[in-house]
Amino acid sequence: MEIVKLIIDDKPVVVEKGTTILDAAKTIGVKVPSLCYMKLEDMNFENKPGGCRICVVEVEGRRNLAPACKTECDEGMVVKTHTVRVVNARRTVMELILSDHPAECLTCAKSGECELQTMAQNLGIREIHFKGEQSKYKGDKSPAIIREMDKCIMCRRCETACNDVQTVGVLSAINRGFNAVVAPAFEMDLDHSTCTYCGQCVAVCPTGALTERDYTWKVIEALVDPEKIVIVQTAPAVRAALGESFGMEPGTLVTGKMAAALRKLGFDYVFDTDFAADLTIMEEGAEILDRLGRFLNGDKEVKLPILTSCCPGWVNFLEHHFPEMKDIPSTAKSPQQMFGAIAKSYFAEQLQVPREKLMVVSVMPCLAKKYECTRPEFSVNGDPDVNVSISTRELAQLIRNANLDFKSLPDEEFDNPLGASTGASVIFGTTGGVIEAAVRTAYELFTQKQLEKVDFEELRGMDGIRQATVDFNGLPINIGIAHGLGNARKLLEDIKAGKSTFHAIEIMACPGGCIGGGGQPYHHGDVEILRKRQRAIYQEDAGKPIRKSHENPYIKKLYEEYLGKPLSDKSHELLHTHYFDKKKKVEINH
Amino acid sequence: MANIKIPESKIEELRGICKKFNNDSGELINVLHSAQVLFGYLPAEVQELIAEELNVSVAHVYGVVTFYSFFSMLPKGRHPISICMGTACYVRGAEKVLEEFKRLLKVKVGETTDDGKFSLSCLRCVGACGLAPVVTIGERVYGRVAAEDVKKILGEY
Repeated sequence: MEIVKLIIDDKPVVVEKGTTILDAAKTIGVKVPSLCYMKLEDMNFENKPGGCRICVVEVEGRRNLAPACKTECDEGMVVKTHTVRVVNARRTVMELILSDHPAECLTCAKSGECELQTMAQNLGIREIHFKGEQSKYKGDKSPAIIREMDKCIMCRRCETACNDVQTVGVLSAINRGFNAVVAPAFEMDLDHSTCTYCGQCVAVCPTGALTERDYTWKVIEALVDPEKIVIVQTAPAVRAALGESFGMEPGTLVTGKMAAALRKLGFDYVFDTDFAADLTIMEEGAEILDRLGRFLNGDKEVKLPILTSCCPGWVNFLEHHFPEMKDIPSTAKSPQQMFGAIAKSYFAEQLQVPREKLMVVSVMPCLAKKYECTRPEFSVNGDPDVNVSISTRELAQLIRNANLDFKSLPDEEFDNPLGASTGASVIFGTTGGVIEAAVRTAYELFTQKQLEKVDFEELRGMDGIRQATVDFNGLPINIGIAHGLGNARKLLEDIKAGKSTFHAIEIMACPGGCIGGGGQPYHHGDVEILRKRQRAIYQEDAGKPIRKSHENPYIKKLYEEYLGKPLSDKSHELLHTHYFDKKKKVEINH
Repeated sequence: MANIKIPESKIEELRGICKKFNNDSGELINVLHSAQVLFGYLPAEVQELIAEELNVSVAHVYGVVTFYSFFSMLPKGRHPISICMGTACYVRGAEKVLEEFKRLLKVKVGETTDDGKFSLSCLRCVGACGLAPVVTIGERVYGRVAAEDVKKILGEY
């Protein structure tokens, strides 16, 4: 390893050759302000177009200021990060950026979370001396994501997320000069493109150019409608992140406060998607065992590996990019949709009301879920199983709207029957969790033996692709895990090439799984936040009295009273789905 | 542009172009050049097919096509009109000639008339400065064109 020595702000620094000034400065606690630059450790995400020029610093002997994010340290370099010249340059750069940015901060969805706004404040911009033409670009409103490219500062982070991390390839910079904009091919709207709605572009956008489609008002309307019975379900990963929106330390579990807040907001029943996650394991676990059993009996037709299907971003990816493999994933619906189907059948019957009287709201760490609940196969006579899906951020907004002091709310419990859950369902919120939950149940059903230890450490972690072999009483079961669609692509290519030796694979669209979902409180580039959320998820699991889905007493009751057994006709009708070939075909004139 | 599809006969030729460049994504610009020679322009379907062959996203291909002014997504008319905007032609009133073409054809520079008959573009110097201002239509060159002549010239087609 070659090292270089340099001076930054009068302090000596020793770094590996190739280190940028920005990274070198960090090692001595100097944070050079940056805007377009973003790096997510271990997630194959490094965006450094060197475009915004906010991070300029003075390098002795150089005529021009140097962008710290792009300039590598040289031996003997003398760098000053905070001179009058530097500060003036940064202010000029910021004013130029702002001169083509709509000054709509008061009503912008990103206000308070906007990195551009924060940077302008930090630089003390009080006046914009440059007046000129403003970029105007058509709006684009998909069921999940809204694009307002007038607010784009061309940092290109969304492109890095879409192309490098997710390999979805929907976004690219198009046109040139002042007309340049980030857009899908042929400037089509997102809902005509192959967008998976994973929302990772939204998660990294520094401004209000990319935001989620906000449905909070629909929720408020339902809550004040005396005719509606409004039911809420909350996804596992929400409880590990919601507290951040109220200034709580990342990784703080707020399950009880969240239940209390939802009740105060006026939901008639505060239920839990975790219940449906347990149900997913019952169905998916049975499917895994069914396929495995047939495979062991020499059935050549059986499709292995089986792929998990609870992530709608991943399902969209499969339908658009790998439709030829659409019979490989489990047919189990996502927990969100299982919940909706059961709420509007089993639970509606218990209440003795028609399903249309129920309004099911889901709180999700996810933007793809917004799209998922609009899929026509998930509605009955035009009535969707899940009416509205809001993100963790939107729930925080509802709580602020209602003027609730979230931090001081007392802990409350979920309602029964659809609020009861096990530790296995909680870990759905992190990469590796779904397959661990499935293994806990599949192992016991397959071997007829009780697990001595329910923690499968070998399935946990943050590496993009992981593999482990679990011993099913002498039968080695090979398990693969991928999070981030780029990693999923690698495993899918292997399957396509006939090289995969896995029996089961868990795939999550977002880096980290749902804890890193596109609807979670913004991490602003701090990956440590995701790790803290992950620890919180496992902590919640460890604290649960029941940790295996098949032992959830309300799940047992649901099968006894209503569904019969996993993969029964009733289960198939309510809890299973199928996938579509959505690959764009080139139209040919014959 | 909406209903234009690639003729089947040219698909293999396009695949052949991609193959000639080893389906290498680094050769995208060269592939696009050849494809534009083959089709006269680069419709969406051609870009989609090239993206598929070179294993890059369509958005990326479209990004390159829209970056370089040489690439066009609009088909040229049966009679492509070029107005020279080089220095000599410009000072002798090429702009007025251009305005008259735009007015009569109801198109902007880079566009094609609805009936597909004419397309309008500008170029810089055809090397006939003595004839300024110069207009070319297809292979034919018109010299010392005045705005008043435009209507008569178009009438020839």
